[in-house]
Amino acid sequence: MAKVFQKTKMLTDVPFHYCPGCTHGIIHRLVAECIEEMGLQDKAVGIAPVGCAVFAYNYFDCDMMEAAHGRAPAVATGIKRTCPDDLVFTYQGDGDLASIGTAEIVHAAARGEKITAIFVNNAIYGMTGGQMAPTTLVGQVTTTSPYGRNPETQGMPVRMSEMLGTLDGAYYIERTSVHDVPNIVKTKKAIKKAFEYQMEGKGFSMVEILSTCPTNWGLNPVEALKWLEENMIPHYPLGVTKEGR
Amino acid sequence: MAKVLMKGNEAIAEAAIKAGCTHFFGYPITPQNQIPEYMSKRMPQVGGTFIQAESEVSAINMVYGAAGAGARAMTSSSSPGISLKQEGISYIACAQLPCLIVNIIRSGPGLGGILPSQGDYFQATKGGGHGDYHLVVLAPSSVQEAADLVAEGFDIADQYRIPVMILGDGMIGQMMEPVEFKEHEGRKLPEKTWAANGWKDKSHPRRIVNSLYIEAEAMEEVNCQLQEKYAEITKNETRVQEIMTDDAEYIIAAFGTTARIAKNAALKAREMGIKVGVIRPVTLWPFPTEAFSKAADKAKGILCVEMNTGQMIEDVRLAVNGKVPVEFYGTTGGFVPTPAAVVEALEKLKEGR
Repeated sequence: MAKVFQKTKMLTDVPFHYCPGCTHGIIHRLVAECIEEMGLQDKAVGIAPVGCAVFAYNYFDCDMMEAAHGRAPAVATGIKRTCPDDLVFTYQGDGDLASIGTAEIVHAAARGEKITAIFVNNAIYGMTGGQMAPTTLVGQVTTTSPYGRNPETQGMPVRMSEMLGTLDGAYYIERTSVHDVPNIVKTKKAIKKAFEYQMEGKGFSMVEILSTCPTNWGLNPVEALKWLEENMIPHYPLGVTKEGR
Repeated sequence: MAKVLMKGNEAIAEAAIKAGCTHFFGYPITPQNQIPEYMSKRMPQVGGTFIQAESEVSAINMVYGAAGAGARAMTSSSSPGISLKQEGISYIACAQLPCLIVNIIRSGPGLGGILPSQGDYFQATKGGGHGDYHLVVLAPSSVQEAADLVAEGFDIADQYRIPVMILGDGMIGQMMEPVEFKEHEGRKLPEKTWAANGWKDKSHPRRIVNSLYIEAEAMEEVNCQLQEKYAEITKNETRVQEIMTDDAEYIIAAFGTTARIAKNAALKAREMGIKVGVIRPVTLWPFPTEAFSKAADKAKGILCVEMNTGQMIEDVRLAVNGKVPVEFYGTTGGFVPTPAAVVEALEKLKEGR
């Protein structure tokens, strides 16, 4: 019988700790497949964040570092400046990248660091139990916005891709989603393009991937995919915000 | 090599380049600015990397990345900036990465002032960040010694996989003195097989640089490992200078530039007929406990002189363990103790006042 699918060798056999229906698993697979297909396992160094993906170093079968909360782009900078031929990528959530780590991501992009940020945006703090994130939507109920996010007192959700797209050092920024198969395919293409640009030495690249958090959104996995499509995409439009100089 | 006249900050930077430092990450703060400035000029000349980071927080995390990938990396700052680096230093300590951190202390707390101080002794020697860890802390008392300790510091860092701090005060950083960049023999250092820089050699497992141990057993194992390492460092690397202690009835304990004033005060006291010696810890951690304990067997009293309100005195008292009185004389940031004031404090100690 013909084999139509197999797990990428770039993922270890350690079982994911992610909640059922969470799309981190899909995103891990896409990143790993891109590295394998590009033949970069022996050049890849990944940086795990603090947040749901904190154990990412157990899953990607390449050299890995675990960074302090939000500091992954600074750590990536240190690695890339030491090993300029390596593929250096951070894997960060929205609490890590869009809240505590805003300075690090902005200035890594501004310097045009030849690194790639895989930015997983699920509009909530997952690991700590569902608190409000800078990316939480208006009206969204979380454990620290129990009456729904109020823009008067809690501001509006932050669009990182648009923000970073204004920086000259950023070479490629795209927002994608993994709520259905066509978008999963597009996401993989975007990740690969970001990695290719990095290896060509073009500059900073980031793929923001809209992702689900059924557990903390209080939805089942299917409802979560639908919620993402109907609520997140209108505020976080998909597409390229920066490509080239 | 001939002696050159250099500011302490510049001498530290040049010594780092000569010691093979390839990566410097910093952020401007007075009174250490000559270090990053010098590095920004020199690093491109030797094919190294200089980055002025967006913050001290970012700079120390760049050190984490570069050191984790196998580079000889360093950062420098001054007190408030070192406070910002503490999170990163704690991670580096737990991940067991080698690096050099220079703190040219200014007065504090808070934003404090830009004049010399030794107010960061506690922070430097008791860990500084969260968790059970130590840095190796080297306290030069001259520009020459600062330069010499940079090369030693990098070697200690690499040998034990530990962050090393050069703790100088604003005086060390700013004053000019003749310095000779001696040929550093260097230690025989282990290969950095643990560095995460691309898994090219598949004969060993992939490398993970990490400070997260979610299971209590694993966390305990790491802590035990660290403590074993600290015990070994204490055994092998403790350094102390004793000046005129052989016949001394009174001892002045002082580190860094203050130890030079202490020496002058001791000479002055001897002219007055009081036999005074100086014990100067070169390593503030590991602390030269034995030197003080032995001195307390012979001496009648110890005066601890610091440019702060009394920090090292706690370690001196622990070492002396009540055998003789240990008194304090100090000035807060910006005011440098004078030999005359130290002699006066010695007289008080002698008279039991």
